[in-house]
Amino acid sequence: MTAPALARPGFAERAAGVTDSTRWLGRLMLAPAVLYIALVIGVPFLMAIGYSFSTVTIGTSTPRFVGLENFRSALEDTAFLKALGNTAIFSLVSQTLVIVLASILAIALQRKFRGKWLVRLLILLPWVAPISLGSIGWLWIFDPVYSVINWTLRHVGIFGPDTWPIWLGQPNLAMASIIGVHVWRTMPLATIISLGGLSSIPQDIHDAAEVDGAGFFRHLFVITLPLVLPILLVAVLFGLVFSVTDMIVVYVLTRGGPFDSTQVLASLAFFKSIDGGDLSGGAAVALFLLPVLAVCAVLLLRLARRAEVV
Amino acid sequence: MAVKADPRKMAGGLVNFGVIAAFAAFASFPFAWMVITMFKQTQDLLDPSHNPFVYNSPPTLEHLRVLFQDTLFLHWVANTLLVGVAVVLITLVLAVPAGYSLARLTGSAGEKLGIGIFLTYLVPPTILFIPLSRLVATLGLTDRLWALVLVYPSFTVPFCTWLLMGFFKVIPKDVEEAAMIDGHSRLGAFFRVILPMSVAGLLTTVIFSFTLVMQEFVYGLTFITTSKNLTLSVGVPTFLVRGDVYFWGSLMGACFLASVPIAILYNLFVDRFIAGFTVGAVKG
Repeated sequence: MTAPALARPGFAERAAGVTDSTRWLGRLMLAPAVLYIALVIGVPFLMAIGYSFSTVTIGTSTPRFVGLENFRSALEDTAFLKALGNTAIFSLVSQTLVIVLASILAIALQRKFRGKWLVRLLILLPWVAPISLGSIGWLWIFDPVYSVINWTLRHVGIFGPDTWPIWLGQPNLAMASIIGVHVWRTMPLATIISLGGLSSIPQDIHDAAEVDGAGFFRHLFVITLPLVLPILLVAVLFGLVFSVTDMIVVYVLTRGGPFDSTQVLASLAFFKSIDGGDLSGGAAVALFLLPVLAVCAVLLLRLARRAEVV
Repeated sequence: MAVKADPRKMAGGLVNFGVIAAFAAFASFPFAWMVITMFKQTQDLLDPSHNPFVYNSPPTLEHLRVLFQDTLFLHWVANTLLVGVAVVLITLVLAVPAGYSLARLTGSAGEKLGIGIFLTYLVPPTILFIPLSRLVATLGLTDRLWALVLVYPSFTVPFCTWLLMGFFKVIPKDVEEAAMIDGHSRLGAFFRVILPMSVAGLLTTVIFSFTLVMQEFVYGLTFITTSKNLTLSVGVPTFLVRGDVYFWGSLMGACFLASVPIAILYNLFVDRFIAGFTVGAVKG
């Protein structure tokens, strides 16, 4: 508490007459944020739902209600079905890898060593740097002619003289590449979340295990992992939310190609609506994400409630 | 107990070191690659027989000169700063009072409302950008930076309100009560006592909002159509990559300069931010 601050009563006191009741002051202070959120998130959200049930294009101004027609035609569209499958593969594979790798890294990072701050900075870089720019770095690494990966693998003898994969140009490789970049980018978040979970385990539990003679793996699977499971779940849920809704990696690296093999729902919604002008079709595609998001939100709230009881 | 070095422990330490080194290399490689590329002469870059890890010709500053003089890079830097500062200010004005209100003034209803506000953070741009593009057009803001200033707080305000709520909650209630006994109103205590104590929280909000603005891509891509009006995160990957001609040196220079300094700054605050994610989400 600062003494000079207390010594100078000012305009705030004079305003006190209006805001005597704590409850009204609370509402007044909350109102601008709630109003803004309602206008810039709530209204467009409802509009998106409205669009998906009608015909809205960039050109027209008189939308017509068509019921479930947009969703029906989406489900009959092979490009949509492909994107749906790709989104599932992209999200599930990347987040499975992320959670395994992040756990390994977090356990390794628990040890104290010199220069840890630098290691942390390097490991966090992919997540704290703008992903559209990080992806451009990968675009150069995956370059069809000058790929440093191919050059290195050829020179250490893993690739023969005839092997020169085009990372972003062959369907399966392109999918593997964008998954790799997405793993690279989301792993730091999961690592730091897991690290927080690990450091919240009381030391005497570890000591007790040591005294009982538990080996490294027994210790890990019987004690450590079960205790950090709830927080790992939080990491997985956030990771899933960020994966199913992301289009930046796909947009920068492949634009959904080759032959829609890396098209995901988010990028398809963008190409359909902004490039193609079919706002309703795009909104319908994007809204297929809603069930996944809702399930993640409910699970996050469940975890929150459980943590409160403990 | 024997004090001799346990070989099993030493092997464990070595494995540990190897794991960390491998991950650090994987995470930082693209950025290291940007640095190597941005100083390389073009003919050195574009000769597949050259070892890409070393400078076969002397390093050059030509790519950076091109970037600063012949492209809109500095324009984009200015646009990004302008939008960033405006969004930070709006976020502070909206989220600081809201966070305080949820922490202190609204009771148990506030708790639920707080979770509700946090959940809006999970509604992605992917669902909102289509109707927002229409709204932006209706307001006559298409291709103007004001469109971004209007829309970007939609992802900074929910999270920062939540973050600040956590900050205000840990300040002991006695602090305000003492100030109020000394003759301050609730609002006076908030301005003169609580805010000065919350500098760390306010600074986290500023850095976090600014970095989110730096990272945003989808809205920028949707609302801005003229290259001169873009921000860094959209301008570099779209207008520096045009057609089939890639100016890799300048492009990598732009990516490095626009990402690493802000990343280092962000890194100083990242623990607070992630605590907001987990404690926020887990302990409600």
